[in-house]
Parts: sequence; C-alpha cells; structure tokens
Amino acid sequence: MRHIISILLENEPGALARVVGLFAQRSYNIETLTVAPTEDPTLSRMTITTSGTEREIEQITKQLNKLIEVVKLVDLTEGTHLERELMLIKVKASGAQRAEIKRTADIFRGQIVDVTASVYTIQLTGTTEKLEAFIEAIGPNCILETVRTGVSGIARGEKTLSL
Amino acid sequence: MELLSGGEMLVRSLHEEGVEYVYGYPGGSLLHVYDAFYQQSAVKHVLVRHEQAATHMADGYARASGKPGVVMVTSGPGATNTITGIATAFTDSIPMVVITGQVMSHLIGGDAFQETDMLGLCRPVVKHSFSIKHPSEIPEVVKKAFYIATSGRPGPVVIDIPKDMTVPNDRHEYVYPKKVKIRSYSPPQKGHTGQIRKAVEVLLAAKRPMIYSGGGVILGKSHERLRSLVRGLNYPITQTLMGLGAYPGTDKQSLGMLGMHGSYESNMAMHHADVILAIGVRFDDRVTNATDKFCPDATIIHIDIDPSSISKTVDIDIPIVGPVDSVLDEILDIIKEMKETPDADAIASWWVQIEEWRKRHAGHYDKNDNGILKPQEAIEGLWEATKGNAYICSDVGQHQMFAAQYYKFDEPNRWINSGGLGTMGFGFPAAMGVKMNYPDEMVVCVTGEGSIQMNIQEMSTCLQYGIPVKIFCLNNGYLGMVRQWQDMNYEGRHSSSYMESLPDWAKLAEAYGHVGLQVDTKDQLKGAMDDCFGKYKDRLVFVNVVVDPDEHVYPMQVPTGAMRDMWLSKTERT
Repeated sequence: MRHIISILLENEPGALARVVGLFAQRSYNIETLTVAPTEDPTLSRMTITTSGTEREIEQITKQLNKLIEVVKLVDLTEGTHLERELMLIKVKASGAQRAEIKRTADIFRGQIVDVTASVYTIQLTGTTEKLEAFIEAIGPNCILETVRTGVSGIARGEKTLSL
Repeated sequence: MELLSGGEMLVRSLHEEGVEYVYGYPGGSLLHVYDAFYQQSAVKHVLVRHEQAATHMADGYARASGKPGVVMVTSGPGATNTITGIATAFTDSIPMVVITGQVMSHLIGGDAFQETDMLGLCRPVVKHSFSIKHPSEIPEVVKKAFYIATSGRPGPVVIDIPKDMTVPNDRHEYVYPKKVKIRSYSPPQKGHTGQIRKAVEVLLAAKRPMIYSGGGVILGKSHERLRSLVRGLNYPITQTLMGLGAYPGTDKQSLGMLGMHGSYESNMAMHHADVILAIGVRFDDRVTNATDKFCPDATIIHIDIDPSSISKTVDIDIPIVGPVDSVLDEILDIIKEMKETPDADAIASWWVQIEEWRKRHAGHYDKNDNGILKPQEAIEGLWEATKGNAYICSDVGQHQMFAAQYYKFDEPNRWINSGGLGTMGFGFPAAMGVKMNYPDEMVVCVTGEGSIQMNIQEMSTCLQYGIPVKIFCLNNGYLGMVRQWQDMNYEGRHSSSYMESLPDWAKLAEAYGHVGLQVDTKDQLKGAMDDCFGKYKDRLVFVNVVVDPDEHVYPMQVPTGAMRDMWLSKTERT
C-alpha cells in the first residue's frame, strides 16, 4: 500500500543524505521525495511517498526515527490528510489542438504559464491521480516534457507536525 | 577565559570524557592534533600497526568495560581502514568514538591527496557522524558524540575534522559543556507500565517458559537483575552468542547458547515453549532459523531499547520498549507485589522434559585416540587452565563457536567476539584493548590460523606497549567453517579453504620478540598451558594448537527448518 511519510528534520548538511541512504541501504522504495526549509530555518520538512507491507512501513518509520537528525515524523496516510503535487507540462499546441488543450487545462484548473506559437506550458496542481489523469487526457502524442515536484502532504484539521 | 587551538581542544575534551587511551595512527591531516597529544600526558595514544586494529582495540576495551572506546586516524586510507571496525561495533551496538582527519576545508571535494568522503563512506555503519566546521565547535561536538555513542542503543560515532580546524595558532575560547541536549534525540528512559504488567501476567501463567537473553543485557549492565529474575522464577534460560555470561554458563538453569550452533536442549526448549521472554536480543537469522517456523506455540514478550528491533523479523505479542535495567526492575517489583507464583507442577514437568533433552546430547563430541586434539577438547583445556576466569576474545569461525559452546562463561563482559558482523581479525586487537585496561587479568585471544593472519602485525604493537595477551590458535590447516559448509553442502569440494604455506608460528612470535609454543598432541596441552600462564605469565605467548581438521561444529540447524531441526553429528539428525 502507498504511504505518505512526513518528516520534520534538522536543516543541516548531510541530513538528506542520511534519509535517502537509509532507503537505499535497507532496500526500501522511494516513489517521490520533496524537501524544503520550514518557517523555522533550522528545520526542513520532507514528504516521502513509499509503498510496502505493513511490516516494511513500520520498519521504515522506526528506522527513520532512529536517525539523529529526524525530529519527528508521521505517516499521513494513517489519518485524513491533504496531498498536492505541482506539475509543469509542455505540450504541442498548434492549429485546432490549441483550443482543445486550453479547454482540457481549464477543466483540470490548470494555468497556461508560457506560450509560443506552437507550445503551451501548463502549470497544474493536485493529487498524483489528478496529474496522471491530465497526462492521460492530453495524450502522449502532444507531450513534449513534464516536470513534477513529487507529493507534499499535511494532515487535515488541528493536527500539526511541529516541535 | 582559556584560549586553545582546535587540536588542544580535542585532546582536552577527550580527557574531560575520562578517556585514558586513544588507539590510532597519525598522518598528514592530524599532525596538529598529534602535536597536541605530545604536549600532555593525561590522554595516552597507542600506536597500532594498522588502523583496523585500532578500532578493534577500542571495541574490545568497550566490550570489557562498558565504556566507549576511542580511535583516531588520519584522512583517506587511514579513515577507510577503520570501516570494518566501525561496522563491527555498529552491528554489535558497541559505543565507540572515531575521530578521522580530513583534508583542509577549502580542498574538500577537489580530490585532494588523501581525501575521501568519510562521512559518506561510514554513513550506513554509524549511529551518527559529525563534521567540524569551526574549531570552536569541537568541545560541544565531542560531548555530543560521547553522549550519542553511549546512550540508548549504543553505537559508533564518527567525528571528521579538517586539518584547518586544528591549527596551533588559531585559538578560541575553550569551555567544555557539562551537558548537551539534542532536541531530535531522546532515547527511552522507561518501559510502558501497562505492557510490563501484561508481560508479567503472561510470564507467571506460563507452563513451558523460556528466557532468551542477549547482548542488550550486558550492554545495559543488567546481569544481576536478570539473575534475580531467572532464579526467582526457576525458569530455564538460553543466551545468544552476544549474551553469554550475563547468566552463569555453569548454572543448572542455563541451557547454553541457542540458534544455528546452539545446544540441543536450548533449541528444543525454544521450539516447544509456550511463553518466551526475550531480553535485549534482536531475533537475528543465526538465532531463529526459518522465521515462519519459529517457536509456533509461543507468546513472545520482547524487551528492547530500540523500537526497530521489535517485530523486525518475528512478530512480537507483547513488546516493551525501554532500557533493560529499568524494565527488569519494574518486572521484579510487579512480581513481588502480585503475590502470584508460577505453576510449580507445570514448571517441574517442563524441567523433566528439558533434562531429557539435555541427556540426549550429553556426549557432544567424540575424542580421538590417536593423540590429535579435538578443538572442543582444546577449549576445555583452556577453560581448566584459566578456571573459567579469563577474558576470551575470539576471532570468527569454528573456533569461535567451540569457544562459545565449551568455555562456560560465568560473568558478563568476558566473552568478546564479533557476533553480528563476523569480522575475522577482530580477536587479537580486541584482546589487546582488554589487556591494556585490565593488566592483571588473563586475556586470551582464541583464534584460528585463518583469522589471526588478518591482524598478525599487531604483535609489534604488543611488544612496544608490553601487552602480554595469550594467543590460543586452533590450527586445523583449513578455514574450518568454510570447509564445514563445503563438506555439508558442496560434496566436500574444498574450494580455497585450505591455508597453504603457513608460517612457523613459534618462530614468527619469536621474531616479534614474544614466546611461541607448539602443541601437536593432547598430552602436550597441559604443559603448554602451565607455561603460558605460569613461566611466561608476563609475555605474549602464541600457542599453536594443532587440532583435528575433520571436526565440524554441532549441533547445526538445518537451513530453512525450525529451531528444533538440527544436525547433531555428521550422521545424526533430529
């Protein structure tokens, strides 16, 4: 099953390498990883999506917790949560296609952020499923390039992951 | 206000941590630090002949004393040579602080002479690591390193120090912190009382209980508590390779070691137990055999300070995360207040069953009548000569298993071996580390002619510092454990397991300035032991003991089987 693990870690050189190294050395799987400093510059917030059996996920969270620089972590998929990913996608847009692509982007609430005579670059935010649905709707023949940030997640309601 | 250079701060900080010996090897990036060493006498530096040996010396000392061992090596090859020793300590949760030199900060990343990315190299085998960015950080980083290495589940910590952090004329205010707080690190202080209570209820209701204890009991300095519990309940106990000695091996409640080469009675009792109390163990593959067949009837209680040890390989029914000392104290208190006692009839019939198992494999091994020693006999001879009181530092292989089986340890911290990583070459330097710190004790390296050659160069260090350890080499001319597997699984094809061209060991020892003794036959063993611990008490003695090359270590669990599935001899299976 897919899990979203959200980690608060010390914003120090080497901390990211320890997390990534742990996944590699114990042959855990990383599907996406995002990391950036928080409002407190001494802390980074990392979101990792991974999948595995219950025992594997338990080991992943325990082993992550053992890393000295990991301050706190939570498996967001254990409760209700929000998840978002940002995609920039460059597509061929000429002739009759142009209007069609614009309509599709509107339906998905995407924004065209760059335009040339033959190309649109569309910015789209949403869950992983939504981004994938958009890619499917546009069709592989039109797509020139995609770049995605990976998932960022946060718990719904009052729950916070903080010091 | 006191102003010190980074090098001076480092040496002073080690002194503040109570460090007496640092094991190491100098080189370009650490010359400022070595100069700081030279100008004081509180912290002594021991010059080894290979950096790997420095790590094992520090490790041996740590295992015997329960205090962290300290290593110091230069950058590049000096640092890479410590990796095996760091990994050895990491696998067995041994507290160690390893200080590695590094090229100057502005050269890092430029492929400078003797530059390696030590933090990257050691990352998977350390509990934590630090890089010094400014000389003034040194005292606090040292304090943190010792705190992390010794608290919670112990382990090695590396401090990487670029050369420009230790320059003599770059002086900064020195204050050694009394305490450090790391907001992201708080090892458990106490077990969950509800869980402990539940565990005690299950434990007292057991009909066929087993206590399975390991290295965590020794690391947690809790052998006395363990003994009170085991004796109070009159339950049988088996111990892991890492846990031997926490409970006396000669006591009747001890069933010996368990696992791949565990005793018949231990493995049978584990398989048939209805309740297992596991203390400071990690259910590793050399213990459990096939995990899906592991102890099918047992409710398992597991005490460990590391939450990731719980349900890692085997599902645990009642986990208790906490330090073994406080959890055992609480268990003992709850038992006292509950006024319930174990089912005496059930326990008595359980003991009857165990005694039957004990009898079945009572012979253990057959002696030769041609005068050639069996390795087991040699270990028994060593036990008699040392009255079971020596520190035994083992290498890795058949001799290690024979020592674990036949040298009955009655005290903790006396059996020192690389149980988890299985590092050949560990035993001799580990013995040196022990002997330097316990000069009045008998310290023996039990080894084989394969393992001893992986750090034989340290005989030179022993002469320089006067470290009279005893090397007890069970020489069968083969890499015995490899040969055993080849005999059992590869139809006796001994691929690269014969050690040809062995040296004359006595002459080798003499060339290094020590004493060499030769034992070719059974009748020579006692005399050699008498000389080793008598006439040559204060000398390093290399005792080359020729043993039967055909001998295998038994019992041996059958791969993919349950705990009870064992070979008991070359022809007999359970």
